[in-house]
Amino acid sequence: MDNILSVLVFFPAIAGLLGFVVDKKSARAYGITVAAIEFLLSLWLWFSFDTANAGMQFVEMIPLIPDFGVNYYLGVDGISLFIIIMATLMTLIGMMSMSIETDVKNMIITLLFLEMTMVGVFVALDAIIFYLFWELSLVPMLYIIGAWGGPLRVYASIKFFLYTFMGSLIMLVGMLFVAYVYHNLTGVWSFAITDWYALVLPVDYQLWLFMAFFLGFAIKVPMFPFHTWLPYAHGQAPTIGSVILAAVLLKMGTYGFVRFSLPMFPDASVMMITPIAVLSIIMVIYTAMVAYAQKDMKQVIAYSSVSHMGIIMIGIFAMNAEGIGGSVFQMLSHGIVSGALFMLVGIIYDRRHTKLMSEFGGLAAVMPKYAVIFGIMLMASVGLPLTIGFVGEFLVLLGFYEVSPIMTILAGTSIIIGAVYMLSVFKKSFFGPVTNEENKKLKDLTPRETWSLVPLVAIVIWLGVYPKPVLDPINKSVNAMLVFMEEKAITAEAKEIIKVPQSVTKAGEVK
Amino acid sequence: MLEPIKVSLESLNLITLAPMLIAIAGGLVILVLDLINEKLDKSLYVMLTILILIVDFGATIGLNVNERGFFDVMLIDGISIISQLLIIVASILFTPLALTSKRFHEYSYPEFFALFLFMVAGFQFMVASDNLILIFVGLETASLSLYTLIALHNRSNSYEAAVKYFTMGALAAGFFAMGSAVVYALTGSIELYQVAQVLSTRLGEPGIMAAIFGSSVLLMVTLAFKLSLFPFHTWAPDVYEGASAPLAGYMSIVPKIASFVVAIRIFGMYLDLGIEWVRVMILILAVITMTVANLMALVQEDVKRMLAYSSISHAGFIMAAMALDTTEGTTSIFFYYGLFMFTNLGAFAMLWISRHKVRRFNARFDHPYEKFAGLIQIMPMGAVIMALFMLSLAGVPPFSVFWGKIYVMQAAVNAGYVWLAIVMGLNSAIAAYYYLKLIVYMFLKDPVKDVDVVYYNLSRPLMAVIGLAAVATIAAIFYAQPLVSYLYYMISASGY
Repeated sequence: MDNILSVLVFFPAIAGLLGFVVDKKSARAYGITVAAIEFLLSLWLWFSFDTANAGMQFVEMIPLIPDFGVNYYLGVDGISLFIIIMATLMTLIGMMSMSIETDVKNMIITLLFLEMTMVGVFVALDAIIFYLFWELSLVPMLYIIGAWGGPLRVYASIKFFLYTFMGSLIMLVGMLFVAYVYHNLTGVWSFAITDWYALVLPVDYQLWLFMAFFLGFAIKVPMFPFHTWLPYAHGQAPTIGSVILAAVLLKMGTYGFVRFSLPMFPDASVMMITPIAVLSIIMVIYTAMVAYAQKDMKQVIAYSSVSHMGIIMIGIFAMNAEGIGGSVFQMLSHGIVSGALFMLVGIIYDRRHTKLMSEFGGLAAVMPKYAVIFGIMLMASVGLPLTIGFVGEFLVLLGFYEVSPIMTILAGTSIIIGAVYMLSVFKKSFFGPVTNEENKKLKDLTPRETWSLVPLVAIVIWLGVYPKPVLDPINKSVNAMLVFMEEKAITAEAKEIIKVPQSVTKAGEVK
Repeated sequence: MLEPIKVSLESLNLITLAPMLIAIAGGLVILVLDLINEKLDKSLYVMLTILILIVDFGATIGLNVNERGFFDVMLIDGISIISQLLIIVASILFTPLALTSKRFHEYSYPEFFALFLFMVAGFQFMVASDNLILIFVGLETASLSLYTLIALHNRSNSYEAAVKYFTMGALAAGFFAMGSAVVYALTGSIELYQVAQVLSTRLGEPGIMAAIFGSSVLLMVTLAFKLSLFPFHTWAPDVYEGASAPLAGYMSIVPKIASFVVAIRIFGMYLDLGIEWVRVMILILAVITMTVANLMALVQEDVKRMLAYSSISHAGFIMAAMALDTTEGTTSIFFYYGLFMFTNLGAFAMLWISRHKVRRFNARFDHPYEKFAGLIQIMPMGAVIMALFMLSLAGVPPFSVFWGKIYVMQAAVNAGYVWLAIVMGLNSAIAAYYYLKLIVYMFLKDPVKDVDVVYYNLSRPLMAVIGLAAVATIAAIFYAQPLVSYLYYMISASGY
């Protein structure tokens, strides 16, 4: 099936349209079935994916507005493949564990449209198509936060929308400018990213364009100091909203850096290593400290999620195979782990309708299964060896050590501070005597909740012990990108910093 | 003794007049029909109007590019053809909005439809000439008909709107006449192509710049009134509010297309002569217009007033494209309006079907935001469609206005105005807020009253129009290519 990517993108959307007809009571089953089919399709994509090939695969190209250079252009490589699978998996699991009772049908339809936009962003190889899905993803999320959220939901959803919308409009101007430069040099209009990769831009252009794209992506990540929308969004969003937001939507920002900023502006990226690393370290340490100060369990998870996004950013700007490969892997691990943690918080919220840690205590005795799964996810989040969190974090720090040992040490403190606040959450909520009468009667996980969490636990441990099947294709594409960046860079400084692994250079010479 | 004037019929090239004559004759036919039989239903007149406009469309599309006719006052170049086509298509789309399920005063008069056709003919004259007098005549024919159409809505604030529009329009017409007089005094001609020739030889003369400045300021004031540019935009929200929703939507598109054509002809000429301050003036007006109108739209309590400010802001957006004076810039004006037309048609039609005889929600406004609160629970399909139009206006891809927006922004970037593109981007971000406000009301709030009657006026023809607008808004990506290549071809053929 050569057009599997189109099927992956539009299957959920068509299912969403048809979903209007499905009866309210059956909407949930319908949604789960569709999401499961979509997940199986994405697994099929993985199995038919040629892991030896580092380039774009399953490429589809249909001209849409040729006068303007806009094509329907899709493709997938090692970097995007696993993010897509993670997106479909988290949608499926999120839907399975969803506890929303009101307007279930609207929620299912919205989620299916959201799934289309998420997959679309990661497979788009045309900047305008990328932008299209990128912007379109805001609308379902606005509705999810605004309709099912907490008391401040309208404020939170509008803030989320406007903040991201503004950043991406600046990015759009950047895209239009790149297209203009491309037109000037070649006489052809094109928004295809693969065409743009071939452009060698002067350094000052690169810097300006880097800034334009940076604004769009950094708000999405969200990088310090653009992160203020996220605590609101998480604080007000329903569980399913937080899960999707943390697991997939934030990855669009970091993915954008890998897909656009690095290969298109290698020199500017190298120049920006220090500022971005400083911002990321501030983000890591500052938000970790804020997380420690929170009383609300969900806010702790939200801030820890921002903190770990900082690690991903540092890895991307390490400019070597370990760092970038580790970052992409960390995106997956962050998606699964923080998604699972939000689901866990949601489970306790459904039972007690509060997320304040002071209300809990001694939950381990009442809800043993819940405590075990929470503990595993927490360890993975902290980065304990043999969990998925360790692999990514270790590779990122290893990669950035080559750039700056001091900053690496600072970033490494995230593991320590992370352990501090996470363990304090665990201690306050799960250990000690059961002080609150209401907690004594709490039920442990229902089978539905168990079955949605167990697969995530299995993945966390599987990829923690044996990450090779995922890391290999990622590294292959990352290496290819690095070789190409090194060739394309014009300043000597950039050529020196972009590190191409030895094995790849040799292979390149043989060619 | 005077020589007898000999004119051969071929040299008149009367075919260039055919489109306008069809519209005028159609209007007369409607009046005659009414004389013969008074009891005919409005649906007959609506369909007749549409049919006449279709014939008009056919006559226009068959015209040859770059012809002159009727003593050289008619100019059929690419711009005049595409703008006539846009005007006719917009008129065809807005006419069926008369077929509401409830009876409205103005549509029971066949004069409404006759006036409507005369107005279309006026706009066609306006765009199909580079003779300042004929432009003026077209402008006045169209405007006077439009004032009357607004007043026919038979409500106190419709009269207010009509009178306000009339006074402002009369003032603008005065400025236009004075501006043309200065041009005539300068060059001894009122035909723009001759004006350009004379001016190009006399540009070096001392004092000529002051005279050009005087004339272009006067003409700019007129067009700024018609395009509702800052600081001459203040009439627009009141007039939109007083006029019926279909007319308000119509006013946000057709008169503006016609005025843009005149502006391109006049100021494009000055820009071609290398008078740079004209460009600066247009850019300043455009940037201020889009920003101020956006800020004003933020605080509106009525959806229709919000849409009025939004269309002012869109006009400012497009005005900026005019200053670029590139083929792409000019193409983007028509491309933008071609796409904007469907979305605005849909948005105003949605307001129209929710129009009540009495104000049920607010003593001051017809369409306060509260009216649409919780629409998703009352009428999910209506809420989704309205949200679609709002997202399109906000410039969210892949809906129609987005493609217009990126085309304008790309034209700005290509002409070297990256800052302008950034200003446009930031303005779109501000604008998103007030469009979102309506979406928030519709989707995230609970209904204020038990409203079984939000869709009071809905009828099958209106459903068809709204459905068409929705499809055109969603599917813009599929017809953008033929549209833009046709427009680009026509505009480059006429040398802009």
